[in-house]
Amino acid sequence: MPSKLVQETMRTRRLPHIWCPGCGHGILMRDVCQAIYNVGLPKERVAIVSGIGCSSRAAGYMNYNTLHTTHGRAIAFATGIKMARPELHVIVVTGDGDAAAIGGNHLIHACRRNIDMTVVIFNNNIYGMTGGQYSPTTPTGEKGTTAPYGNIDGDFDLPKLSEAAGATYTARGDCFHVPQMIRLIENGIRHKGFSVIEGVSICPTYYGRKNKKGSAVDMMHWQEQNCIDIKKAAKMEPAELEGKVLLGEFSRVEGRPEYVEEYDKIIHIAGGDR
Amino acid sequence: MLKGKKLCTEPEWCKGCGYCAEFCPKKVLIIRQEKVVVENPDDCICCGLCEQRCPDYAIWVEEA
Repeated sequence: MPSKLVQETMRTRRLPHIWCPGCGHGILMRDVCQAIYNVGLPKERVAIVSGIGCSSRAAGYMNYNTLHTTHGRAIAFATGIKMARPELHVIVVTGDGDAAAIGGNHLIHACRRNIDMTVVIFNNNIYGMTGGQYSPTTPTGEKGTTAPYGNIDGDFDLPKLSEAAGATYTARGDCFHVPQMIRLIENGIRHKGFSVIEGVSICPTYYGRKNKKGSAVDMMHWQEQNCIDIKKAAKMEPAELEGKVLLGEFSRVEGRPEYVEEYDKIIHIAGGDR
Repeated sequence: MLKGKKLCTEPEWCKGCGYCAEFCPKKVLIIRQEKVVVENPDDCICCGLCEQRCPDYAIWVEEA
């Protein structure tokens, strides 16, 4: 029998999962489960919504109310759930391609609405499931099967994008600094409003192999050395921060109107109280 | 091993990525034939770092 946490929060008959050896998604999924457990949400009050991609397999493994939806539309489905059942804690598990490319518009408009839900983006910097095509978070110059000479596009900074679009909680964690990632997800769940937490994942099979990043262990060491907390980064020189990935809570805005509450006010004004 | 706690493994779930062995502060674990093996159980301090970083939930610390 696996650990108590895994027994209580996952569908163990579906395990082991299909993710590759060393895939960071397993670590991030456990972080989400641990965060829900730590916050103490009753399972029947949690709805996990995912889209399509490696990340979105998580909804099949997590033992809550779960919905595995179409590509890029996880946040749209989640919005429907939250509008119909505001008492549920809606948590979206999505990937970089799902959230920022195919679902990019859904992401920014949900940010703008500030609807109370938590979006955890498992960012592996590539489309893993379909064979390693470059994604909106593939760093400029890095390779994918569709960018054999290097990606010439700029890459999204997902927390910054979300903050600018109106999300009221934005943060980034990774696979190496596990307690921090769990804490960031917990804060996102507790925050009333739209929360976006990017989890920097590890894809040894496609991103790692295409870009000669070495083994899964080498990629984990890369995170250890290059993912830096913003508090520590504040004391570092700009030259030292070249190529580093910043972790931590980037923004938190309290008191901005929440979408479902605002919608209920409109219903009240229109005389449609149930 | 720390009193009151024990290190458990589920070799069938292990995919041999090696995170647990690499980042174990006491070098308790090794990977043999692509599976985790608790090589030096007496040195384990039950810190749980292996459990935190195991993507496959194949190793964990529990109350003895």
